[in-house]
Amino acid sequence: MMARLEDIPLTHRLFVEAYPFRTVDWSPGARLVKPLSQCRLALITTAGMHLTSQVPFDTDFRGGDFSFRELPNTVNVSDLKISHRSSDFDQTGARKDANLVFPLDRFRELEAQGQIAELNHRHFSFMGSISAPGRLISESAPKVAQMLRHDGADAVFLVPA
Amino acid sequence: MCHQSVGLIASVIEKAQIPTVSLSLLKMVTKRVRPPRSLCLPFGFGYPLGKPNDAKLQHQIIRAALNLLEDPGELPILKEFAPV
Repeated sequence: MMARLEDIPLTHRLFVEAYPFRTVDWSPGARLVKPLSQCRLALITTAGMHLTSQVPFDTDFRGGDFSFRELPNTVNVSDLKISHRSSDFDQTGARKDANLVFPLDRFRELEAQGQIAELNHRHFSFMGSISAPGRLISESAPKVAQMLRHDGADAVFLVPA
Repeated sequence: MCHQSVGLIASVIEKAQIPTVSLSLLKMVTKRVRPPRSLCLPFGFGYPLGKPNDAKLQHQIIRAALNLLEDPGELPILKEFAPV
């Protein structure tokens, strides 16, 4: 079933409808410079996933925790924890199969098939429930972009929760 | 809010000259945030890759999204996923 605004509680819905959504000017946009089969890909999830050894996202942070966690490419996805503050994110499915919000096993299969050249040595996780995204835009997202540039990532695949 | 966050992160990365594609469960929000490439999916919150342990469906979704990365057309691209 499709996610609809009608599925979330009225107070959340009114908030979303009235909320001044932000944009970032990315024009003219970036393009793949080689076939996907020669590309290094990185994943980003906003499901609030983290390693058991990492500090969980702060679900009480005013405006939303804008920090990120680095997830090594070698991680076993079923070992990841979820710390997400949104009650609209139904975690039932993701607890059965973490690939639902962080499809690393599927990308490993694409890598094995040669559909992509390789996965980056690290991926990134955010806790997406951020109502005040100023520092996401000015600090944490640029930091991740810089790390991905440093890694030589050719493309990035992003998944909401 | 997750959809705004995904769109903003994608936009910032794209600005750093790395092409991005994102999944979306809420077209209305994605249309307003305008990330470069989005695949809108007919699933509930928490289910962007469709169904748990359904590798076939998950691969269909990923393939459809990767096709947007290879699309040389004008940006932004907002496409609806049609299950095969």
